Amino acid sequence: MKSSHTVIIGNGISGVTTARHLRKRSNDPITIISGESDHFYSRTALMYIFMGHMRYKDTKPYEDSFWKKNKINLRKDWVTKIDFENQLVHFHQGNPMKYDKLVLATGSKPNKFGWTGQESLGVQGLYSLQDLESMEAAMKRGVKKAVIVGGGLIGVEMAEMLQSRGVEVCFLVRESRFWGNVLPREEAEMIGHHMVKDHHVDLRLEKNLDSIQADEEGWVKSVKIKETGEIIECDFLGLTPGVSPNIDFLKDSGLDLDRGIMVNEYLETNKENVYALGDCAQFLRPPGKNRRNIEQVWYTGRMMGECLGKTLSGNKTPYKPGVWFNSAKFFDIEYQTYGWVFPRQEEDQTTFFWKHPKKDIALRLVFKTQSNQLLGVNAFGIRLRHQLLDEILSSKGSAREFLRYFKDYVFDPEFFTNHGREIVKEYNQEFEDFVELKSKSWNRIKTVLNKNLR
Amino acid sequence: MKSIKQLGLIIFLSGLTLFTLISFFGSFSLSQEGFEKVLTPKQINNLQGLASENLLNKEYRFTWQLASDFKMIFEESNQNLKAEESWSKVMYSDPNEISGNLAKEAAFGMVKDWRWLWFFLSFGFGIIGALMYMLPDLKLLGKPGIKNNHIYQRNVTNRGWIAWVTMFYLIGFYLLLYFFPYLLTNQILLVDDVSLALSGNPASRWFLYGFMYTVIMGTMAVRMFIKYRHSPYQMVRTGVVFFFQLGFAFLIPEILVRFNQPYMDFKNAWPLNYNFFFEWNINNLIANGQMGQFMLVWGIVLAAIIVPVFSYFFGKRWYCSWVCGCGGLAETLGDPYRQHSDKSLFAWKFERWSIHLVLVFAVVMTGAGLYAFNSGLDQVLGIGVHNIQKTYGFLIGSIFAGVIGTGFYPIFGNRVWCRFGCPLAAYMGLIQRFKSRFRITTNGGQCISCGNCSTYCEQGIDVRWYAQRGQNIVRSSCVGCGVCSSVCPRGVLKLENGPEEGRINDNPIIIGHKHASLAKPSLD
Repeated sequence: MKSSHTVIIGNGISGVTTARHLRKRSNDPITIISGESDHFYSRTALMYIFMGHMRYKDTKPYEDSFWKKNKINLRKDWVTKIDFENQLVHFHQGNPMKYDKLVLATGSKPNKFGWTGQESLGVQGLYSLQDLESMEAAMKRGVKKAVIVGGGLIGVEMAEMLQSRGVEVCFLVRESRFWGNVLPREEAEMIGHHMVKDHHVDLRLEKNLDSIQADEEGWVKSVKIKETGEIIECDFLGLTPGVSPNIDFLKDSGLDLDRGIMVNEYLETNKENVYALGDCAQFLRPPGKNRRNIEQVWYTGRMMGECLGKTLSGNKTPYKPGVWFNSAKFFDIEYQTYGWVFPRQEEDQTTFFWKHPKKDIALRLVFKTQSNQLLGVNAFGIRLRHQLLDEILSSKGSAREFLRYFKDYVFDPEFFTNHGREIVKEYNQEFEDFVELKSKSWNRIKTVLNKNLR
Repeated sequence: MKSIKQLGLIIFLSGLTLFTLISFFGSFSLSQEGFEKVLTPKQINNLQGLASENLLNKEYRFTWQLASDFKMIFEESNQNLKAEESWSKVMYSDPNEISGNLAKEAAFGMVKDWRWLWFFLSFGFGIIGALMYMLPDLKLLGKPGIKNNHIYQRNVTNRGWIAWVTMFYLIGFYLLLYFFPYLLTNQILLVDDVSLALSGNPASRWFLYGFMYTVIMGTMAVRMFIKYRHSPYQMVRTGVVFFFQLGFAFLIPEILVRFNQPYMDFKNAWPLNYNFFFEWNINNLIANGQMGQFMLVWGIVLAAIIVPVFSYFFGKRWYCSWVCGCGGLAETLGDPYRQHSDKSLFAWKFERWSIHLVLVFAVVMTGAGLYAFNSGLDQVLGIGVHNIQKTYGFLIGSIFAGVIGTGFYPIFGNRVWCRFGCPLAAYMGLIQRFKSRFRITTNGGQCISCGNCSTYCEQGIDVRWYAQRGQNIVRSSCVGCGVCSSVCPRGVLKLENGPEEGRINDNPIIIGHKHASLAKPSLD
C-alpha cells in the first residue's frame, strides 16, 4: 500500500493523541503543525506556570526527543489557508505542505461578545501560551486590581493566578451563582463561599459587562456593569465567558462550518480525507444522550484522538464516548463528577446531597426515584475511583449499592477521614432507608479493576 | 505577620553566621594532661619528645595552627620510625581526627567559658529565627491546600545564587566534619554539655552532627506540618519520621552508652549501615554480653527479614520516608528542593546503573569482610579487606551519602543519595518492583497531564508518563513520600497496598472510550 502523509493542524491533546495512536498502528509519515509552541504542552497547566509551580518545560508530557524517536515531524508555523482542491496547507512563513489526510485540531479561542473597548490593552482571555505571555507582560507593567468576566472554570483559575501575585480580583458572574449553569445550588454556593470567604474574591453575581474603558495609552482602566451602571476601576480585565472553535482561517474555504467544523461520528468533515476533532469540531448529532454537539474538554479531546488515530490507520471507528466524567479544582476544593448531575433534576429523578458540617467536603447523588438507579455523582473534597464509578454507572447500579460500598469507591490518600458513616446515615434518615455501610474490600475493588486489564 | 517573618530570617541568619564564625573564636593551649588524655600510650611514647618542644603549652589563636603543629610532629615521628624500621611503632591513625580531639582539650577562653551563651546565640537563634520565619505561614499561606506558589520564581528554590551559596556551605560543612574536624572544635564544644547530660561522655564531632541533624529535622518538620496540613498522610508521615530520628537515631544510642552498652541505632539497617558486619563491630557486640548479642541478632533479622517482609507489604516507603534518617532529612530540610530531581530518561538509566553498582559494592565488601572474619585472613583474592572497607567508607559513606547526598539538595534535589546511591534503597527497590503489594494507583482517565506529579517527585520519576496512560506506578525508586498524590489537582494518584494481582498493568486502558483503546482492540 502506498504510504500516505497525515498532516495534523494543532498540537494540543486532540492532535497529539491522534498522532500517537496512528503511529502505534502505522508507519506512514505524520506531521504536526503548531504556531503556538514547538512541542506539545499541557494547556491545563498554564496556570501553574504563572503561579510558579512549574516551568514551561515541566508542562511538556513528552521529552523533546520523543517526537523524533516516534518519527512524528513537527513544524512550527501558523496556517493561513488550506487549499482542499490541491491538498495543500499554506503557511504564514514557510512553503506549502502537501497532505494525503488532513486533521484539523485547532482548538478554540476565548469568547469576546463585542463589548465596546474589548480590544484595549490588558484585556484578554486565557487559552494559549501567548495569552500567558501577555499576562506576564501585564504583570511587568504592574497590575493592582483585575476584573474577571465569566464564571466558569477558566475564570476561577485566572482568579487564583492573579491572587498569587497579590492582585485584587473582582469577579463578574452572569448567573445567580458561580458556575450556576452546571452546578446545583448547594455546590455552587459552597464554591462561591469558598472564593469569597477564604480567598477574598470580590464576587459579583448576576452582573454583566457593559463596556470597557481605556486610558490614553489604550490600556484598560475600568469596566462598566450593565445592571447597575457601576464603574469598577481595574488595570487588567480577564475575559473568560467560555471559548468557541478556532476556525476563522477556514471561513469560505468550502468546509462545512457552523459554530465549529461540522463532523459526523467518524470525525469526518464534508471534504474527503479531512477530519476535525476536539474543541474545534461540531457534531452533526451529539455523540450521546445529554451530550453537547461541541465538546471542549481535555478528556473528550483525548478520546476523539484515540478514535481518529484508529480510523486513520484503516480501522474506521466511531466516537462513542462512555460514561461522562470531568474534574476541576476551585482554589482548594477538588471536584470530580461522574455521570449526569444537572443544576435541576428531571421529574423522575431524586437527588441526595451531603455536606460536611464544617469543611468544604460534599457529595451529591442523582438517581431514578423509582428504581434507585444511580445517574450521577458530584464529589467535592472527596476523590472517587473512576473505574468503579464507570462500572456502576454503565451497569446501571443503584445509589444504594454505591452507598453500601462507599468505602471501596473512595480514592482519598491513606489516613484521610472516610465520611461514609455520616453520608449513609443521612441518606437513610432522609429516605427512610436501611443501607448498611460495608467495610472496604479489596476483593470487590479488584474484580472491577482487573476487568480493565489485558 | 510579614515583619515577624523578616525578623525571624534576620535572627536565623545571625545564628547561622555566629555558628560559622565561632570557628575563629577562643584560644587553645594543650597541657600535658590533655595530651595524655587524647592519645594512646603508643602515640604518647612516639610523640612526647617532639610535642614538648613544639606543641605543649604553646598558645594558639586558631585550631588549625595547633593542628598543623601536631600533624608536623606526627609526620616527623612516623618518618623517623620508618627510617629506624620500627614498623610496629608506626602510627596509622588519622592525624586530622586526633588534632580535633586535641584542640577540644586545648580550648580555653571565651567560647569554652561561655558555652551556653554561644549555644543560645547560634543554635537558639537558628531555631527561634527559623520558627519565626515559618510559623506566620499558618496565616499567610491561607487555608490548607497545596502551597507551591512562586517555587520557580524564588531565587532560593529556583537554583538562584542563594541556592548555590547554600550548596557550597553544606558541602563545606560536610568536608570539615568528615576530614577536618579540628575546624569545628568550637561547635563541638557548644554541645558538650548536652552530650554529657545524655551519654555522660563529652561531645564528639558525630554527636554534634547527630544533634544538628535532629534539631534541623525537627525544625523543618514544623514547616512540613504547616505546608501540608491539608494532608493527614503527610502529617502522620512527617511526625513518624521525626520520631525515629529523635528516638532511635539520637536519644536511644546515647542512653545506651550511658548504661555502658554498645552504641546502636536500631533502625539503621544493613547495607545502609555498611559497617554493621565489620569485624570491629561484630567483635564489639559479641563482647558486650546479652545486649550486644541481641543487637547482633537484631541487625541480622532487620536486614534479612524485617526489611524484605515490610517492603513486601508496604513498599520501600515504610523505611525510606517513614523511618530512615537520610530520608527524614530529605523530607524536611530537603522539601523545598524536591522539584530539582532530574526527570529525564537519561537520569533514570544512570540511576539504575549507579544505585545497583553501589549495592553490589556493599554486598561484595560485606562478603569479603565476613569471609575474612571467618577465615581469620585479612585478604580476599589478594585485596586487603581493610582497604575495600576504607574505600567504601570514603567514597560511598562520606562523599556520596554525606557531601553529595545533603550538599547537593539546593541544586540537584533532596534525594540524590537515596536515588543514585543508597544500597538499602536498591535492595528494597528490587522487592518493591517485583514482589510487593505497594503501588501508586492511577485513577482511570482523570489525568490532565499537567505535570505537577512529575515536577514534585523527588525521585525523578516521570509520574505523569504513567498517570496519563492510566498505568499503575510500580517503580523501584519510589519512596512513597506521597507528594505526587498531594499535588495532583484532579485526584488521580493514590498510594496503596493491595493484592498483587493486577498491580502491574503494562497495557492499561484509559477509561472513557473503551472500544477505541489500544489495549483491547477486540472489544468492539
